[in-house]
Amino acid sequence: MTARRVGLTGNEAVALAWKQIRPHVVAAYPITPATQIVERFSAYVAEGEVDTEFVPVESEHSALSACVGAAAAGARVVTATASQGLALMHEILYVASGLRLPIVLNVANRALSAPINIHGDHSDTMGARDAGWVQMYARSVQDAYDRTLLAVWVAERARLPVMVCLDGFTLTHSLEPVEVYPDEAVRAFLGEGPLDGYTLVGGEPITVGPLALPDSYMEFRRALAAAMERVPEILAEGVREFRTHFGRDLPSVVEARGTEDAEVALVVLGSYADSVEQAALRARVRGQRAGFVRVVTFRPFPAAELRRALGAAREVVVLDRADTLSGLGGPLGVEVRAALYELENRPRVTDVIFGLGGRELRDQELDALLRDGPRGGVVYLGVEEPHVLEPA
Amino acid sequence: MSLNLRELSERTEGLAPGHRACAGCGFPVVVRLLFAVARRPLVVVNATGCMQVVTAIYPYSAWPVPYLHNAFENAAATASGVEAAVKALRRRGQLQEEPKVVAIGGDGATYDIGLQSLSGALERGHDFLYVCYNNEAYMNTGVQRSSATPQGARTTTTPVGRVQRGKLQPRKDLTEIVVAHGIPYAAQASISHWADLGRKLQRAVDVRGSSFVNVLTPCQPGWDYPPEKTVEVARLAVESRYWPLYEVEGGKYRITYVPRQPVPVQAFLETQGRFRHLVADGAAVADVQRWVDAHWERLQAKARSGL
Repeated sequence: MTARRVGLTGNEAVALAWKQIRPHVVAAYPITPATQIVERFSAYVAEGEVDTEFVPVESEHSALSACVGAAAAGARVVTATASQGLALMHEILYVASGLRLPIVLNVANRALSAPINIHGDHSDTMGARDAGWVQMYARSVQDAYDRTLLAVWVAERARLPVMVCLDGFTLTHSLEPVEVYPDEAVRAFLGEGPLDGYTLVGGEPITVGPLALPDSYMEFRRALAAAMERVPEILAEGVREFRTHFGRDLPSVVEARGTEDAEVALVVLGSYADSVEQAALRARVRGQRAGFVRVVTFRPFPAAELRRALGAAREVVVLDRADTLSGLGGPLGVEVRAALYELENRPRVTDVIFGLGGRELRDQELDALLRDGPRGGVVYLGVEEPHVLEPA
Repeated sequence: MSLNLRELSERTEGLAPGHRACAGCGFPVVVRLLFAVARRPLVVVNATGCMQVVTAIYPYSAWPVPYLHNAFENAAATASGVEAAVKALRRRGQLQEEPKVVAIGGDGATYDIGLQSLSGALERGHDFLYVCYNNEAYMNTGVQRSSATPQGARTTTTPVGRVQRGKLQPRKDLTEIVVAHGIPYAAQASISHWADLGRKLQRAVDVRGSSFVNVLTPCQPGWDYPPEKTVEVARLAVESRYWPLYEVEGGKYRITYVPRQPVPVQAFLETQGRFRHLVADGAAVADVQRWVDAHWERLQAKARSGL
């Protein structure tokens, strides 16, 4: 297999991945910063480059509703959204996972209103973290492309919906060189897809989406939790298959560097991984033993892997691009703390909330954070406090 | 085509017995007639509501055909997805059959919370039928007003009090909103006129593209009448021209049943407890009668003008 090296934005790379995945159905609605995924894919359909049935719906709620219908019928289905769009889909996220439908959703991570803001942070997908979807966060445009392909493989085997998250603008609109695989190689990896027996058409009539009373509801939910527990194993197999087909190594749940001897470890999700990894390397040059951890798969949460990667450090600094507004910090920080609690000698955790609504994280800020030494608790990085307004 | 009652009665496929609809419920008539007249295999998409919760209680199902329930407001969008999947699977040779997708929702799911989803699906022109079983209020949650509830009706959110007596606004004319989408076939029907209803359902399944049938299905507890009177109450709605039977095909209106000697709307109102406070109030009844007459006039004008 020979890959082609081409310049693509994150959105273009996702649209190309969709074309190669050959979904039976795409039902989607445009929203910044995910719009070009849908635009580019519509062009593929209009040019006859892919034989997908494209349903240009009238809202995100209908987008995911149509995806549920198509997936229940036995189609391979993908869609994309961001921010308010994901919030509007929220109700149906739970239906998709509850019905165990392998829908793949690319989310161009963007802040939530109010105030309205089109730029990147993780508030949107963090609001959907307990909806029963697998969540993976891309580090680069290449990773967004690779992970979209991988997501289809995983979704169809885990019988769970999967979100592939890519940071709004930072990845969706940035041009990067991407190794693109031949269509046939993707075809060999993914095959034709769904219709596998438990579908509305093509077999015996079945009833999907019944009312479950207290005598059975909890068994359905326990089965969903069990399906989620099997995901790390399926993901591990998925990345092995991925390597066989495409010759590329993808981290499945966690990516770590320099954590073996780290006294301070930095933890991050998504596209700021590059900046954070570089900050850890600069700290080492200064003589500070810093480590870097990227959470690749946030759902299911890789607690055991994080305990392994962070257990030896004295200080852990979590970089959170969302806030729970609970007083406990950001969602990544809360869950890292929960995972580390089981350790006898727990590192101290500092949760740094940064980059909301597209606010830049500067190298100097990261360096100062490490140089001054983390002090635990929750820190809002780079906020100009005099500008924080409160009614008198 | 005309429907033969003897032939229909011999078709065994129907909603399985044992479903938990109330005695005297109107909508099983619609579903059983749909199964009896359809000449294509069906896939049913059902909005949350009475029909869903009485026919599909795990581990049982009353449905002899593929059945999908997603949520309350999205039956039409869900049906869009099923229809798109059928098209795509057939295109790739992965599916031989070509079922008709039928979305079914109550008036809450159709007139109100699902109106956007319905409008979107009709505008896109999916090959599907949407059946509204219209019992003129949110019955599954215990009789709250919907935009299909008629003026003056008592519901639990339009109670009869000292300063406000029942619903203040007339019902929304959803059939006309649907017609405005320019779909190939739209109709209003009633469970009391089974041959008319059956013919309309058959036409709506046969037609290529989007079709819509709005069926009046009285609700015994919601409308408050004895359970054996369901068909009679529905018949009075038609005979009083409160619920006209008509269809619009290719933009042409046709009134499919003209009551020879229309009964005053009073006769319909007094069969039901929901209008009990109203029937003794001559002015209020006259208001309803004027509304009924005006609507009938407008409908006749459309049918006459060949629009």
